[in-house]
Amino acid sequence: MRYLRPFIAIAVLLIAWQILVACFQLPSYILPSPYQVLLSLEHNIVLITHQALFTVTETIAALLLGIFIGVCAALFLTMFTFARQWVLPLIIISQSIPTFAIAPLFVIWFGYGMSSKIMTAILMLFFPVTSTFYDGLKNTSKDYLDLAKVMQVSPLNQLFKIKFPAALPHLASGIRMAAVIAPIGAVVGEWVGSSKGLGYLMLNANARMQIDLMFAVLLIIVLFALALYYSIDCILKKLTFSE
Amino acid sequence: MQNNSALDIACASFYIGQQYYFKNLRFSLPQQQWTCLLGRSGIGKSSLLKILAGLIPDNQHQLQVKHTSFSPLNQHISYMAQTDCLMPWLTVINNVLLGVKLRGEKKPYHTKQAMDLLTQIGLAEKASYYPHQLSGGMRQRVALARTLMEDKPFVLMDEPFSALDAITRMTMQALAFKLLQHKTVFLVTHDPFEALRLGQQILIMQGNPVKLITVPTPSIPPLRDMNDSVLIEYQQKIIHQLMEEQYAVS
Repeated sequence: MRYLRPFIAIAVLLIAWQILVACFQLPSYILPSPYQVLLSLEHNIVLITHQALFTVTETIAALLLGIFIGVCAALFLTMFTFARQWVLPLIIISQSIPTFAIAPLFVIWFGYGMSSKIMTAILMLFFPVTSTFYDGLKNTSKDYLDLAKVMQVSPLNQLFKIKFPAALPHLASGIRMAAVIAPIGAVVGEWVGSSKGLGYLMLNANARMQIDLMFAVLLIIVLFALALYYSIDCILKKLTFSE
Repeated sequence: MQNNSALDIACASFYIGQQYYFKNLRFSLPQQQWTCLLGRSGIGKSSLLKILAGLIPDNQHQLQVKHTSFSPLNQHISYMAQTDCLMPWLTVINNVLLGVKLRGEKKPYHTKQAMDLLTQIGLAEKASYYPHQLSGGMRQRVALARTLMEDKPFVLMDEPFSALDAITRMTMQALAFKLLQHKTVFLVTHDPFEALRLGQQILIMQGNPVKLITVPTPSIPPLRDMNDSVLIEYQQKIIHQLMEEQYAVS
């Protein structure tokens, strides 16, 4: 029952939507019915799959790079006082810039291809990774560190063999957040300027009033984002230890 | 007494800024014996232990040790805290090997040594378990094995048995006493009974300014029987001594 609940909720929503469209005779360029969306999905499946390939590649590349950058930044902040004093404010400033405003710049700097989308997604997702992991590293149990000090463990080994593993549960929650943000980042990047990808497809469909296609693409994005989140969640649950 | 003492602390002070928590404490830890330190909460027992372990920043303490072959002192010390401090991501055997692994000194024979220690504490068959799969008593035994693995002449213990239930605590005390026989042990406790059961020297930390008072210990060697009526008498003396301060304050 617990697993069925979301499906039932979605089914109810879809039926209500279908009835709403039927009752008010809404034209498909305002709000298509779920059935029309399904038809459009079936009709355009080859096109959508082809474009999805780019978005998926961008998302996964951004996720991997973003996690790597996030982890490095957190380690850097932990290791060096000057980094905390000088770099941390810059990182926070970077997060207060609206992504939509800076994404066009990335298109100018990194081109129309995948790299500008990957950069947009990285900018959005590295911060939760850095912030959660840095907090984890900073809040390592003092008892662990005292023990390591008495054992004459070098500061570098304290960082990599005690603080690092102790902060992994924090990092995992950062990665989960990043997994949710990554597809959004890639699609936002594509919306701003691109020649490929699901965002590009939506942009086109929007211009041509193919609202049913837009919904079909949205559906695919949602499904992809969910699949990504749950597979990452599953991997993380296997990797992290229980207290 | 002074001649065979392994460690003479000539002066130990702990302060933050201008405020002294204790000043110029002097005491000695007799070689291969158990010294128990009693005192009310907040008097600075743990801080004294941490000073010996080298865990208090240099600008907050002063420590003078008379003639000693153990210099610097903090390299000849192992430390057991109130919590077992087992790393949840490491198996039992790897927790025992923590010190050698983290210092990058791990040799194949260390594994055998760690297994022998686990056998001595009766947890050999749990070597590949993770800490969360063990009970509190078992975890504290693993912590004891980890302390023994370090094989340092001085063992500092900060109420390591306080979180255990009464029966487990008694077993742990007996096990620790057996396994740490050839070590110089300094045990901080708030339980007079524990001190009387294990201590060959019992110190009480109290007063304002804080001083260390040596209280008489029973002539029976530890591990003393808790039902012994003599112990009850001694316990009364200790409690009386601990109460004295309270009378003075009120």
